[in-house]
Amino acid sequence: MTEHAATAAAHAEEHHEEHIHPASYYVKTWAILVVLLAISFAGPFLGIKWVTLTTAFGIAIVKCFLVCARFMHLNIEKRLASMIVLIAVVLMGLFFSGVSPDIMKHEGDNWVNIAANAETVRRIEREGADGKKLDEEVEKRLEEHEHGGGAKPEGAKHE
Amino acid sequence: MTAFTKPLATLRHATGMPTGRLALWWLLASEIVIFGGLLMSYVMHRIGHPEWANQAAHTNQYIGLTNTMVLLTSSLSAVIAHRHAQLGNGKRAAQFLWLTILGGIMFAVIKFGFEWPHEIAEGFIPSASGFWGFYYCAAGLHAAHVIAGATVMFIVSLDALKNKELQRVELVGIYWHFVDVVWIFLFPLLYIAK
Amino acid sequence: MTTTEHKHDHAHDHSHDHGHHQQSFFMKYMWSTDHKMIAQQYMWTGVFMACIGGFFAYCFRMQLAFPGIHVPGYGQVAPGEYNALVTNHGTIMIFWFAMPVLIAAFGNFAIPLLVGCDDMVFPRLNRLSYQVFLLSALILIASFFVPNGGFGGAWTAYPPLSANASYSMTTLGSSMWIVAVALEFVAFLMGGINFITTAMNSRAPGMKMFDVPYVVWMIVVASILFMCSVGPLIAGAVMLFFDQNFGTAFFDPSRGGDPILWQHLFWFFGHPEVYVVLLPAMGITAEIICTFARKKLFGYKTLLYSTFATGIISFFVWAHHQFIAGIDPRMANIFTVTTLIISIPIAEMMFLFIATLFGGSIRFHVPMLWALAFIGEFLLGGVTGIFLGASGADIYFHDTYFVLAHFHYTFVPIAVIGFFAGFTYWFPKMYGKMLNETLGKIHFWGTIAGFNLIFIPLFFTGAWGDHRRIYNYDHFPELTRPELQDLRIAATCGLLLMIASQAFFLINLIVSFSRGKKAPNNPYNGNTLDWTTPSPPPHGNFPHDNMPVVYRGPYEYGVPGRATDFWPQNEKA
Repeated sequence: MTEHAATAAAHAEEHHEEHIHPASYYVKTWAILVVLLAISFAGPFLGIKWVTLTTAFGIAIVKCFLVCARFMHLNIEKRLASMIVLIAVVLMGLFFSGVSPDIMKHEGDNWVNIAANAETVRRIEREGADGKKLDEEVEKRLEEHEHGGGAKPEGAKHE
Repeated sequence: MTAFTKPLATLRHATGMPTGRLALWWLLASEIVIFGGLLMSYVMHRIGHPEWANQAAHTNQYIGLTNTMVLLTSSLSAVIAHRHAQLGNGKRAAQFLWLTILGGIMFAVIKFGFEWPHEIAEGFIPSASGFWGFYYCAAGLHAAHVIAGATVMFIVSLDALKNKELQRVELVGIYWHFVDVVWIFLFPLLYIAK
Repeated sequence: MTTTEHKHDHAHDHSHDHGHHQQSFFMKYMWSTDHKMIAQQYMWTGVFMACIGGFFAYCFRMQLAFPGIHVPGYGQVAPGEYNALVTNHGTIMIFWFAMPVLIAAFGNFAIPLLVGCDDMVFPRLNRLSYQVFLLSALILIASFFVPNGGFGGAWTAYPPLSANASYSMTTLGSSMWIVAVALEFVAFLMGGINFITTAMNSRAPGMKMFDVPYVVWMIVVASILFMCSVGPLIAGAVMLFFDQNFGTAFFDPSRGGDPILWQHLFWFFGHPEVYVVLLPAMGITAEIICTFARKKLFGYKTLLYSTFATGIISFFVWAHHQFIAGIDPRMANIFTVTTLIISIPIAEMMFLFIATLFGGSIRFHVPMLWALAFIGEFLLGGVTGIFLGASGADIYFHDTYFVLAHFHYTFVPIAVIGFFAGFTYWFPKMYGKMLNETLGKIHFWGTIAGFNLIFIPLFFTGAWGDHRRIYNYDHFPELTRPELQDLRIAATCGLLLMIASQAFFLINLIVSFSRGKKAPNNPYNGNTLDWTTPSPPPHGNFPHDNMPVVYRGPYEYGVPGRATDFWPQNEKA
């Protein structure tokens, strides 16, 4: 009997200790999110690549923090919850750092991913540049392909 | 047949956090690594294949913008529903949950009713390019989570109407915010970074 | 804390104090939310799947020892079938035997009892997790009977073989395999949430962090490892399914994809996964050795911190499975270092077990035999991992039977020995009867002898160049030497001995269920809360108005000045 009563009492206690935010707090947060969204949407229209990327992803991170802190109440939650989320995010960073040397780059010291480069070139040849300026890297790869030759078997990753 | 009764175990909280909320944060941790794995793989491939920009140019950022607005607003109604639940007003909480569900339905209708059929008709099917493969996979997995979340939210709203299990309004709301956060990252990845 | 609040919240809860549960067969056995019943469901499903996996091993080992023979009970093993047998043996043993029995079955049964509560925190989610698990098992079994049979691309499912139907030659089987695996992951995500929240939130009053029985910690850490590592592979499984069915090119190098990405996605999970199954087995071992050596666990805190260290480092070692796959050699350097480092906390944990045994009053009951065997055999498996962790040596050893012998010397102690250890230890509590000791000992020695006879020869054949995943050696004249073939036959004989020994287990079950001695509450004079309940525990485990309160740690054995050599956790003085 005491167990039931004790837990019920603790339940009641909890509802009171949690501060109930006024609705305006949430509406204000939403308004900030909308403004940020508008900025991130407008970014590309300037045409400068680093501006686009900063506004798009920098703002995404800010929006994420706002939603997590204010809508999910992480800012008044026990620290345990933030730790749990942080572990998961850190693991994603670990995954990225362990995998990107193989996947993100298609060449390095003593190796070239021939299949990936060949696919890049095929795509460019097939689709054309759409009248747009080709990325420098893509231009570089087109040149390498012409000079490197395609005698090696596809899918092989060696030099 | 006796009705299901919650065990004492559910009511204890040695960590100071109610069990439901603790469990939900662990669920979100596992979802972060699922979407994280998928999105990291996309980012790595995208950086490695700059020619995907040609394909990415064909996503419709206006539809993306609309969907982002829909989800952001539905997050707002979800948290207002939580506020009403905290105040003990189950009926209002249920109504705001229904607004949130409506947002989810709008999201799904825009995506599956207009955006994807249009893209598929233009020939941008999943096998058209590595970019489109990721596009449909990531957005599809996200949409599946939206639909699943809306379904669970509906069931929670039925209990909330009767002023029962009001703590679940907050929990389903936190899940919904997470789905919103995933889209906050998907939007620039698929629609802005061209 | 007045009774009015109590009535307000739980007016309808009094029903479970009165024993009027006339439950139908369906409600009691198939639709139950009771953690003990769900544990049984997981356990016997797992054992059934292990029999299937073991049968597959029997078929392909017969083929390897006596190439081309008509295997009794199966028929001739065709090359494609060989691949499917090997693939599904591995997949079943890890996902449908080791995980369900060690984590889901023992975790479900023991955790609420050990932390002193009446059930898991989410009993209906628990039931759903079993149902999803059962569905995944059924889909996997169904995949064997579809046209072209079951998936044959190895449990690691590397693309392009697994992604492209013209290579794998099993269109439907491959997709069903990946769907079954993905569903199993979902079931364990649900289960993991239950274990973690129950252990974190529902401990008995007075049970502080360092008073928790070790097996609970281990299952919780294992669940956390699982939940944090399986995500990328679920993403990868969806991507592989898309590649198989929608023509996408995530992993197809001829269309811009990268098979190495799959490898990373797989092994980022695959490596923590082995610790996911190892930790519960070590936890069960810890419980058994304390109880049967009548001695306090040596270095509880050190053991705990070593467990945390193992868990954390396990995320940093995955690419040691890919040393010769074409990864950047500088990454290979880093992963060699981390792989060798992870052996340190695990060795520390084994030393702590040995230190626990030292000076103890050891009773060689059957559970203790299994626990001791775990320590000895796993040590052998672990040290052979050092050879493989060094990337230079791995250039030679990769894909040889040396690797296979290494991981069987770790997996079989974890899954088979760990299962029998936990099963014989908790059998009296689960079923209210005692197992027959003599039959148990014959079963033990036969299994251990058979197990070692299988894999010691394979260390040698592997070191001499025997490749894995080869149906027969017609095209490898250097591997058809009689010395090697003799060792292969010896290994197969070991498997036959191991399988035959299981008959004693079956007989023991039948004899004990029908005529076993009635088990008291506390047959081994243990300290933990599970031994304070009746055998088997009733629904709710403990009286609702008298839930246990804990006053000390779980391993207070041999405390000087006491009349008995044990001191239950819930005893006041």
